Amino acid sequence: MALAKPTVEEIKTRAARYPSRQSAIIPALWAVQHEQGYVTKESMGEIAQILGLPPSLIEATASFYSMFLARPEGRHDVVICVNAPCMLRGADEMAAYLGQQLGVRDGETTTDGAITWHSTIECLGACGGAPMMQVDHHFEENLTPERIDSIIERLRTEPAPHGPKPEKAAAVARPRAKRTQN
Amino acid sequence: MGLKPVLTKDFHTENLEQLSVYERTGGYAGFKKALEMQPDELVELVKKSGLRGRGGAGFPTGNKWSFLPKGVYPRYLVCNADESEPGCFKDRYLIEKSPHQVLEGILIASYAIGCNLAFIYIRGEYLPQHEALESAIEEARQAGYLGKNVLGKGYEIDVILHRGAGAYICGEETALLTSLEGYRGEPRLKPPFPAIKGLYGKPTVVNNVETVANLPHIVINGADWFGAMGTPTGKGTRVWCMSGHVNRPGNYELENGTPIRELIEEHGGGVWKNRKLKAFQPGGASMMVLLPEHLDVGLDFDAIQKAGSLAGAGAMVVMDETTCMVDAARRYVKFFHHESCGKCTPCREGTFWMSNLFDRFEAGEAKATDVDLLLDIGYSIDGRSFCPLGDASTWFPRSVIKFFRDEFLEHVSEKGCPFKKMAQEAVA
Ligand SMILES: Cc1cc2nc3c(=O)[nH]c(=O)nc-3n(C[C@H](O)[C@H](O)[C@H](O)COP(=O)(O)O)c2cc1C
Ligand code: SF4
Ligand code: FES
Repeated sequence: MALAKPTVEEIKTRAARYPSRQSAIIPALWAVQHEQGYVTKESMGEIAQILGLPPSLIEATASFYSMFLARPEGRHDVVICVNAPCMLRGADEMAAYLGQQLGVRDGETTTDGAITWHSTIECLGACGGAPMMQVDHHFEENLTPERIDSIIERLRTEPAPHGPKPEKAAAVARPRAKRTQN
Repeated sequence: MGLKPVLTKDFHTENLEQLSVYERTGGYAGFKKALEMQPDELVELVKKSGLRGRGGAGFPTGNKWSFLPKGVYPRYLVCNADESEPGCFKDRYLIEKSPHQVLEGILIASYAIGCNLAFIYIRGEYLPQHEALESAIEEARQAGYLGKNVLGKGYEIDVILHRGAGAYICGEETALLTSLEGYRGEPRLKPPFPAIKGLYGKPTVVNNVETVANLPHIVINGADWFGAMGTPTGKGTRVWCMSGHVNRPGNYELENGTPIRELIEEHGGGVWKNRKLKAFQPGGASMMVLLPEHLDVGLDFDAIQKAGSLAGAGAMVVMDETTCMVDAARRYVKFFHHESCGKCTPCREGTFWMSNLFDRFEAGEAKATDVDLLLDIGYSIDGRSFCPLGDASTWFPRSVIKFFRDEFLEHVSEKGCPFKKMAQEAVA
């Protein structure tokens, strides 16, 4: 899928601001993921062309960072933190509840394609409001089973936060690079 | 001592994130005053204030600025907003509540070091905070605080907001610069330090969000005012991120030197559910555990170090008597293993083996000798890693073994976690 014009323009504008075009690689990957929901090898090739850099460099950079997705996922991204500060306030129980309510395992997508969830050992910067999760990178803190229920209900019908609707993702376990499940 | 809102003074003001509201609380007066001063005067002022970096290492900010080689341009300022240390959530709070305060600090620091292009490196997960900073930068640009000729004073400054993409190691300053240059975020050898050879090989200062947020207040109120707060070697205040088993977790800005007891018992409302305090951990995931006997230690770099831990990035994780210390250490070790950039062997392999051993304890498959094996692995990582991530991955687990070795052995004799069993029995 060729990149949309505004995405190409955004990459060019960003690149012009940095003293080095290479610094625009991560902003470009974000722009692509924002438009398409994930980043394919093909779009990395396009980035390379726009920035005048070798495709291998874009791929080497992209593969280091855990937030760039290689495949389409559910419309909504739900991440629950289970590092120690969150564990102390019952994050494991909330993660188990979330998985049970969604009916799919850690790292999987619900059958209606609405939600992909996973637990993370990366602290998400909300330990004071633990247990917590991020929904499309927005903070949901002080979780209870009731709050989880109402968030899920909302997400089932809400459109994706940006970009076109990605293809419906299959509810299969997909091991992902750099993401540890607990 | 005690609560001392300086950075957080106006945080109850509604819409503080808007420029006009921020200005009404005295915002940008510090930057305006700074522009009337010579850059060197500002460096001296910050040196004299005694401000130390809030990103973890506590390095004196004014000294760091004065290491830039004379006459070498361009120079860059990078504000480190990568906050990913487990237990820390203060930078997020400072940005969310008052993005202009952070930006004003960046502008002051940039002017002081003679930089015309500054960067903010913010972790990818902080999307709402990214948006807050983005609008703050736009508003400030409209108002003439950023641009080719700032407030008609002939100073040029632009600020680029750069979003990371999920890598804890990019908080380490050399990895951050490598990442900002578009590469995989692997640390670089020091020396040369960033002050000499930093971003794009140019002299660069990396300062934490909370560090720069102090600057407007120091410029307005002076070095003596700042120096009057805190301890002789730890001036000012810090925002402490309290989490875990307390009644009121959250951010608390306290004068440095305030006893840990006051933070936990008074502001945090004490240990929750009427339980007893077992241990606490200042600084963040990397730092060593402390015990109730350390409650009267002051919240201060040097005092906490003397007690056997480190103040680090200002976390305070509180653990009650039901906490499994082995599981707490296991999570942190898993975190470091997950975040190891893989560049050097002691850290890459060592965190892998530590993580495996901890899983064995959790699963009830460990042997008593595995405790010493853990220590052995720890020794072969600490001091032998390329960057502090590797070293720091061993500090919390080793301190837990020192104080709570029995808990490891119970995991062996009971073939699993004794705390989990206790909790299950309580439910049954
Ligand atoms: C593994 C690792 C992670 C770090 N993460 C951060 C971070 O997220 N934010 C931060 O300000 N400093 C972090 N630091 C410290 C930085 O390297 C650097 O010392 C700091 O940003 C300097 O700012 P300061 O002098 O204002 O404290 C980290 C250091 C290490 C070794
Ligand atoms: S210590 Fe760990 S994080 Fe640091 S360079 Fe080595 S492998 Fe990378
Ligand atoms: S440990 Fe979970 S948000 Fe910090």
